[in-house]
Amino acid sequence: MSPALATQSARSTVAPTLEREELLRYGRHLLLPEVAINGQRKLKASRVLIIGAGGLGSPAALYLAAAGVGTLGLVDFDIVEVTNLQRQLLHGTRDVGRPKLDSARDRIHDANPNVKLELHPTRLTSANALTIIRDYDIVIDGTDNFATRYLVNDACVLLGKPNVYGSIFRFDGQASVFATQDGPCYRCIYPEPPPPGLVPSCAEGGVLGVLPGLVGTLQATEAIKLILGIGTTLTGRLLLVNALDAQFRSVKVRRDPACPACGTRELRELADYEQFCSDVGGASAGLDAIPQIEPRELAIRRASGEAIQLIDVREPHEWEIGRIDGARLIPLHRLGGSLADIDREAPVAVYCKGGTRSALAVRDLQNAGFRRVWSVSGGILRWAREVDASVPEY
Amino acid sequence: MSLTVSLPSILARLADGQRALDASGTTVGDAVADVTRRYPSLAPRLVDERGEPYPFVTYYLNDEDIRFTGGFGAAVRDGDELTIVSAVAGG
Repeated sequence: MSPALATQSARSTVAPTLEREELLRYGRHLLLPEVAINGQRKLKASRVLIIGAGGLGSPAALYLAAAGVGTLGLVDFDIVEVTNLQRQLLHGTRDVGRPKLDSARDRIHDANPNVKLELHPTRLTSANALTIIRDYDIVIDGTDNFATRYLVNDACVLLGKPNVYGSIFRFDGQASVFATQDGPCYRCIYPEPPPPGLVPSCAEGGVLGVLPGLVGTLQATEAIKLILGIGTTLTGRLLLVNALDAQFRSVKVRRDPACPACGTRELRELADYEQFCSDVGGASAGLDAIPQIEPRELAIRRASGEAIQLIDVREPHEWEIGRIDGARLIPLHRLGGSLADIDREAPVAVYCKGGTRSALAVRDLQNAGFRRVWSVSGGILRWAREVDASVPEY
Repeated sequence: MSLTVSLPSILARLADGQRALDASGTTVGDAVADVTRRYPSLAPRLVDERGEPYPFVTYYLNDEDIRFTGGFGAAVRDGDELTIVSAVAGG
């Protein structure tokens, strides 16, 4: 059986009592001897931080709220996009364009108005992670990139906070519990991240919409077990979910004595994780991870009135051959000096002849702080074949 | 020795879409070499230029991480299962 966590509230005060409405609301929990009134009071006293209000964070937040976790913290800085709706159940169609934390607040409040929500509308960074995480009992890692995963791991190890991990790609999911007192951490499985671009994100490689529902729900389950001190958690095990073949299996995860975080403990402060994750690749690494937009999708979105800036990074003589209506010519070698001419608030689609130069341009724009920017997949050649046959191929 | 090698979906596309492959060898390294010989495009995703495992791809012989049981030199037995797990970050 897992030892129950000493929650922040429980450490300072007696666990809160349950109101009459709560006794009714949580009646199915109270019937479980493993939970009962004492366990429900532990849940009410607990503070859980969910990092990322996306695919994993959605089911985790909804189930933890419904279960009666007293305080839920949510960290996210993103805006709801229509492509999120295939899997991110905290957000609905009418929320497109709203901050994710706004729609999350509305949805969670509806699920259980007793839950106290603490919203952190920011990107988790090395500068703020320890301050944010310190006030919680448990962390749910629902992030979507390697840099933040290493950041969450290291912060949890440094602070001694259990890190309930989940990640997904296509039909595969992984879940575990890291950074418990004697348990391993994320670095014990993956000492270093893959080079940028080697492992595509869900945005590039796709993900079955229901998969984060499975894995995020597992994360919520583990968090509840940790709070209650019941059952056997995934500490020391990595659960592998294969949704395509309906297979669940777990493998052993051992604390690596050489792990700089939880083994040797030489890691004493947070690092620059963007740098950590980019150092492992060569100069050209990462180009295949550049966000892409399909020509047909771009055409539909522009036709529907979405204000997408279209930038052609080819050379002027190519521009003379043909162009996409509404595009602006900024040759790649001049892009760095033209950043002030590009609206940072509106989305940007970049194209070239076949997609290579536009990928380089998108990487440069991302490095300059642009967030919604895509390379047009296949360039103007594919546009000509699939959207506008009047544009000449060359 | 004959064993089964399980691939994550991110790598299965490099093995004609197969998630489970038969392999032979006396060590984990032999089995990995057998697989990469038959599916050469898998090689750069399974081993680095020195032929060693990457730090972001973990090999489990049955349920044990081979880094703690001899690495690619770990002996295999008939019927063993080698599970290859790649770091993914989607959320």
